[in-house]
Amino acid sequence: MDPKTYKFDTLSLHAGYQPSKNAGSRQVPIYQTTSYMFDDVDHAAALFNLERGGHIYSRMSNPTVQVLEERVCALEGGTAALATASGMSAIFLTIMTLCNAGDHMVVSSQLYGGTVNLFRLTLPKFGIKTTFVKPRDTEGFKKAIQPNTKGIFGELVGNPGNELMNMPEVSNIAKEAGIPLIIDSTYQTPYLCRPFEHGADLVVHSLTKWMSGNGSSMAGILVEGGTFDWMQNDKFPTMTEPYEGYHGLSFAEEFGPTAFTMMARAEGMRDMGPCLAPQNAWNILHGLETLSLRMEKHCSNALKMVEYLSNHESVAWVSHASAPGHPDKELAEKILPKGTGSMIAFGIKGGKEAGAAFINNVKLASHLANVGDARTLVIHPASATHSQMDEATLKFAGLSHDMIRLSVGLEDFEDIVNDFEDGFRAAKKPRLVANK
Amino acid sequence: MKFKVRGIDTFASTGGRPFDKNKPLIIFVHGSGLSHMVWVLQTRYFAFRGYSVLAVDLPGHGLSSGESLKTIEEMGDWVGDVIGAVGCKEASLVGHSQGCLVTMECVAQHPEKIKTLTLMGGASAIPMNPELLQLAEESNPKAVDLMMDFAHGPAGHFGGHPVPGLYHLNVGSMIVQNKEIKDTLGVDFRACDNYKNGPEIAKKLDLPTLSILGAQDRMCRLKDGKILADYIKGSEVKIIEDCGHMMLLEEADQTLEILKKFIAEHYPLPN
Ligand SMILES: Cc1ncc(COP(=O)(O)O)c(C=O)c1O
Repeated sequence: MDPKTYKFDTLSLHAGYQPSKNAGSRQVPIYQTTSYMFDDVDHAAALFNLERGGHIYSRMSNPTVQVLEERVCALEGGTAALATASGMSAIFLTIMTLCNAGDHMVVSSQLYGGTVNLFRLTLPKFGIKTTFVKPRDTEGFKKAIQPNTKGIFGELVGNPGNELMNMPEVSNIAKEAGIPLIIDSTYQTPYLCRPFEHGADLVVHSLTKWMSGNGSSMAGILVEGGTFDWMQNDKFPTMTEPYEGYHGLSFAEEFGPTAFTMMARAEGMRDMGPCLAPQNAWNILHGLETLSLRMEKHCSNALKMVEYLSNHESVAWVSHASAPGHPDKELAEKILPKGTGSMIAFGIKGGKEAGAAFINNVKLASHLANVGDARTLVIHPASATHSQMDEATLKFAGLSHDMIRLSVGLEDFEDIVNDFEDGFRAAKKPRLVANK
Repeated sequence: MKFKVRGIDTFASTGGRPFDKNKPLIIFVHGSGLSHMVWVLQTRYFAFRGYSVLAVDLPGHGLSSGESLKTIEEMGDWVGDVIGAVGCKEASLVGHSQGCLVTMECVAQHPEKIKTLTLMGGASAIPMNPELLQLAEESNPKAVDLMMDFAHGPAGHFGGHPVPGLYHLNVGSMIVQNKEIKDTLGVDFRACDNYKNGPEIAKKLDLPTLSILGAQDRMCRLKDGKILADYIKGSEVKIIEDCGHMMLLEEADQTLEILKKFIAEHYPLPN
């Protein structure tokens, strides 16, 4: 006897939506509205006081956005989700729900540059301090925990060095300390990894990337695993003690496995307001329908690309968790059995100048500040995404000047190779072509 | 709130209002392996409308201490004791699934204390599939997956939670899985399977009773819910279309509306 609940590909097409409740519309309608009619004053009061479910105002929730939330939640195996205007706002909202002034976070040092800036520069303005730990330094996460530490945050595969954090072990460290583990799973999507199955308690995504794949819309999401017991210690008073904003409601007591998301929406969305536009939610939903198909091809193209680059005379080194000799290969095979994603970093012989010439001479690959588009993307991090960092921070984040970051797309592999050959040819004689 | 029942720490949600023993009391009793959390879309409403509400966690469940009670009879008696433990003399009862058997037993054992009875997704007997029972007693998480599959109708399997952002199947699953499965779900399933007094007790009930049934309930089928209602003298029956066993969440608004009308008529607030 096996449960007949829907599986991954079915959920990516159907979860969160019933046509019969939406005029039979097969595609999810775009509810382009700010607000929702109350039946009467009793209904209005009940909605505002979280006595019943429903929509009040689109800053807090919207029916189209709700479908996206439930769909991602289903794919991740979570209990609840909250979609936001961007990946950054999902991370910010998560930390602001978790922490108060005077609190502390332990954070992996290999992160998207914007996230590094948030933890290093912006959160201290609110009295929230961070200790950074290198992703492979599992013991370091333990040592960095202080009495006021409220969580551990990391990307499973660090950006852009492709170093893996040992999620199962770091999760044990978090459990021992009675704090949640938060994983930014943007690069994996639930197709490659479902962090809740490896001990994560909260997951965040930039949906701007592979989840949508179409490069059309900004979006982010927070997903809750329902695993964390907020009442196990006195570290999380805003979750466990009566909350003045809702007549003394205790979120942990009342909502248990969905308490964090309920709090993030009731307080964070209400007061900070980074809500997702319904049109953008719809665009992301459209992409999610083909998540498995796209991720499969992203990964197979990436594997071919690793092989091509590894054998190329103009390439000094290649970093991808699938590459031979990658120090995290074994861990990757365990927690990312379907593939390690489509982000590749490589060093170009000839250093910074050669890198610039390569970027300036590829035509199919797009030079831009995004990852996870269906199209192949290239960038030189030291001069773009991570350019606000000083030399020491760059080094700590695992960056070098010859590094090119590549987000492998879904084009025919031969076309990508032909394009790269043009880039490499130009890189060999950078001075001749640098100002083309 | 935490209080003692038979000397054991017991938790009940009061629906977000301080408990007041002078207001009319409504007690909500959850189903197998679950906790007070399933009732949040009914309890807060009544708590903010003049009633005192207790959505109890049975012993060993949710935030209550102690060991799970082994029989429906013991659970029914325990619910009767809750009323005195909080300084009240009488209450209305609302049960879901196994909670229907428990609340019927409570009425049978403490008829003088109970004013009205609401049964959601009930049946006069809940025999368990032997394989499911064994999985639960072995703490196999598959038991929870099977339970979530059977318990939910279209809203659960596709989605559309009344509370934006929540996903039915996994919320229910985590409520059960955050305890040791064999100690809660396993014990409860066995208690349901063993319980045979349902029809006899139902025939003797003599108080205002409401049955709320899901047309697509696969846990306690609609026809079994109707048979139970037929045993009960003058029982009101309300059927919710396109709805599974978890009507209190899947169709929380409809469930609340039906319950509101019933309570207003048979258990009104004093003037
Ligand atoms: C891993 C990761 N997390 C978060 C973000 C931020 O997301 P957004 O750009 O949607 O705000 C990005 C963006 O590049 C990212 O790569």
